[in-house]
Amino acid sequence: MSASSFVAASPPSLFLAQRQRMTLLLTSLSGLLLLSLTFSITMGPVDISPAAVWQITLHKLGALVGLDIMRGDWTTAQYNIVWLIRLPRVLLAALVGAGLAVVGVTMQAMVRNPLADPYLLGVSSGASVGAVCVLAYGALGFAGGYALSLGAFAGALAACVAVYLLAHSSGRLLAPRLILGGVAIGYCLSGVTSLITLTAGQRELANAVLTWILGSLAGTQWSDLGLPAVALIAGTLWLALQARALNALLSGDDTASTLGVDTTRVRRSLFLVVSLLTGVMVAVSGAIGFVGLMIPHITRMLVGCEHGRVLPVSMLIGAIFLIWVDVLARISFAPAEVPVGIFTALLGGPFFVWLLYRQRLPAGMGQ
Amino acid sequence: MKLQTQALCWQSAAAYIVRDVSLHVAEGELVGLIGPNGSGKSTLLRMIYRVLQPTSGGVTADGHDIWRLSARDNARRMAVLAQEDGSEFGFSAREVVLMGRTPHKTPFERDSEADLALVDQALRRVGATHLADRTFATLSGGEKQRVLIARALTQQAGLLVLDEPTNHLDVRYQFEIMNLIRSLGTSAIAALHELHIAAHYCDRLYLLQAGQIVAHGTPAQVLTAETIAAAYRVRAHVHLHPHSGKPRIDFLPDDPL
Repeated sequence: MSASSFVAASPPSLFLAQRQRMTLLLTSLSGLLLLSLTFSITMGPVDISPAAVWQITLHKLGALVGLDIMRGDWTTAQYNIVWLIRLPRVLLAALVGAGLAVVGVTMQAMVRNPLADPYLLGVSSGASVGAVCVLAYGALGFAGGYALSLGAFAGALAACVAVYLLAHSSGRLLAPRLILGGVAIGYCLSGVTSLITLTAGQRELANAVLTWILGSLAGTQWSDLGLPAVALIAGTLWLALQARALNALLSGDDTASTLGVDTTRVRRSLFLVVSLLTGVMVAVSGAIGFVGLMIPHITRMLVGCEHGRVLPVSMLIGAIFLIWVDVLARISFAPAEVPVGIFTALLGGPFFVWLLYRQRLPAGMGQ
Repeated sequence: MKLQTQALCWQSAAAYIVRDVSLHVAEGELVGLIGPNGSGKSTLLRMIYRVLQPTSGGVTADGHDIWRLSARDNARRMAVLAQEDGSEFGFSAREVVLMGRTPHKTPFERDSEADLALVDQALRRVGATHLADRTFATLSGGEKQRVLIARALTQQAGLLVLDEPTNHLDVRYQFEIMNLIRSLGTSAIAALHELHIAAHYCDRLYLLQAGQIVAHGTPAQVLTAETIAAAYRVRAHVHLHPHSGKPRIDFLPDDPL
């Protein structure tokens, strides 16, 4: 009897129903993302209709391929606001939100701890030190426009390696030491960042660095989008291929190993990808906290722990989430603007307290 | 599947934890590993299932040195039920069983209908179909073991390695799990805590004490009053069951050694 006739003979599998539910969920989240992109662009000091947003966008995209379409009745000012200011910023919010969520998911599986996020393991702080070195001393000048990203990546990787070595003992990676080591290194690196900022002797620098440490998407330009987009797509595709390994790692190192996962090699490459993604995201947006912590939890409440589902869903939720938090940052104290990282922290802290209060450290903490 | 260990040693900084252990499991055999707490059973098993690299000595599965195989190739030869199984996360039982397919899939393959059919089949085999969509972490000890055995079945390995599969189970479930393992007919090696279980189910036993094998053979040969007194420091009366010929042990805790 062939495998397929075997399936046909058995009762309709819940598993297949789950697949259909998954398709439905991904479709609705994608729709929601599109709506979020549209409506977040309409919001701001100047009101712009959703129709104008699309007309301007499609007109510009058409122009790129030599078509003259969607010539609406929008003004040049509206055009500038949509195409040059709001659209790149909203897109970057989506990319960074998606990237941080994916990094959080991965780190939580790597260390089997639902508290892991790039902040907690010192990776963000490492990226900050690298980036501040570039800002303050003009380090890595040879890299031109990519110096900041390269510096942040190098810092993130260095922090990752340091934490990894600290947690390594006689060939095994000890999760508790990973977390404690990450916290310790994170504090040291935050100190280094502050020290560089205050002693570099440039007044404007302190302001620039402060906004950036708090995490901000203000002043995003189209040229900021390329690297994060490439890193997010490549990184997530690679992680998606590791979904089975991530599932196995979540069940413990010994179990993963007996299921055929080369745990040391997989973990090493995960460290590299996580550093790369964090570095690139931190370089463009500063250190935006809590997204990598909250979004994976919310995702697991919706779809369980299986990474084939968690990765795409968390990516979409992360993107939608950060788009709207950034809208809050833009408009709630207008005309002044608040760094978006402050809002993610204001939302993230109580979220975690709420989780603790419900006695439900979700999917991960055991009982 | 045949398993063989040659003069396996594992040495911590201070002392030998496992010393010079040579044992074998023949095709279709259920071999028990017994010994008091701290005698090195788990360490020995971890070397057998390729998680702990031995200080010296080697392990072969069907003649292949397991450390020269990749983790993936090894996982297609042996399936493991370890004592701590960290599946505390929110996986459903079905997802846990499906993980048994991990060593058979490349990163680019999706789970096929054949994989899902294997999962259904394995769940039926262990009588856990009704548990499929429950969260693994919420199952009882016996249910968890059955699901993990189903995972081992979907792994389609020729050797089962079990670290105290009956630990923390009520008597009824101890027998249920052992009957199930026995009924699979797969070659298996199991570290066992309860001597009556070892006596009843195993074809052969190795008795481990302070990291060394101090007795081996059929249950009747290994489980004698003398060896039990020497290894476990408890006096016992052993007689052979009139029908099965298997040893039955009456512990005599009130009698001094």
